[in-house]
Amino acid sequence: MSRRARLVMFGLAGAGFGVVLVLGLAGLPAFGDYKGVYGNVINGIGVTERRATDLVTALNFDFRAFDTLGEEFILFTSVLGVVLILRQMRGEQDRPSQREAEEHSFAGASAALRALSLVLIPMLLALGVYVVVHGALTPGGGFQGGVILAAGPLAVFLAGRYLRMKTVAPTIVEELGDAIGAAGYALVGLGGLVFAGVFFKNFLPLGIPGHLLSAGQLPLASIAVGLEVSGAFLVAFSEFLDQALVVRSGPGGG
Amino acid sequence: MTVLQIAALAAVAIGGTAVVVAPNPLKQTLVLSVYGMSLTALFFVFQAPDVALSEIVISTVGLPVMILLALRKVRQNERQGEREEEQ
Repeated sequence: MSRRARLVMFGLAGAGFGVVLVLGLAGLPAFGDYKGVYGNVINGIGVTERRATDLVTALNFDFRAFDTLGEEFILFTSVLGVVLILRQMRGEQDRPSQREAEEHSFAGASAALRALSLVLIPMLLALGVYVVVHGALTPGGGFQGGVILAAGPLAVFLAGRYLRMKTVAPTIVEELGDAIGAAGYALVGLGGLVFAGVFFKNFLPLGIPGHLLSAGQLPLASIAVGLEVSGAFLVAFSEFLDQALVVRSGPGGG
Repeated sequence: MTVLQIAALAAVAIGGTAVVVAPNPLKQTLVLSVYGMSLTALFFVFQAPDVALSEIVISTVGLPVMILLALRKVRQNERQGEREEEQ
């Protein structure tokens, strides 16, 4: 197709898209004009019914906890796919290319980057744990905290130590965290089924709003999801790092 | 709409365009993480701190690391291919 024909096609499609977009935008409600019912209902009953002060977490891990179960297993399955596709073939052996993996993991790990990463490691871990356990109280929760936690070992790698990262977060621990977290969240739901008669119905004491151990199952669900998410991200990071930094030598060479 | 919200929206519009016009994938990745930070600011000033927390870690740490590692692997393969051609 010639450049001219493509431009004509783009012009027609772009003009059509523009008309539809303007028509659609013209029908939008005014800025800040909220007509939803669901949000107002949750805002009204969240604190009294569930004793949670962060209603987003209350929604995710209680009111629509079953959706979250599906979402959690989407992450679990996609990481499973990454591991499956990038798995070590039979007969291949890991041979860390000496220049890359031993001490200096990648070109350009300057002293400043290393120092900054070292400072970041404890801060990331502390923030991650805080966000996970305070899911029911302040913005955040299992997913957000889990990703922050996964960034901690990654900072060890940024500090220039790939093998050291393997030491602080061995593959078996990452995989166990992923699996136990995923199963743990489903078990919270099963607890509801056993003790309260409905899957994911709260079966733990609700406590006082604002206390660390309050809002029933929310802290437990948050911790399970945090474990699963941090494990899943670390497994994915490790697989990618293995691909980039470790040279595979098979029977056929290369 | 407050001034902060307008500023965040403008930053996202400029950042998104910058990602598209970045010359090569390596620079694009760096621009992408800056764009992610502007998105984080946007979510925050529109009162969605939960989303902002996820966005800041995913866009500044998670996604760039994966893209950079993939780029590195692609270059390794290209270099290996060149070496095999020379032999």
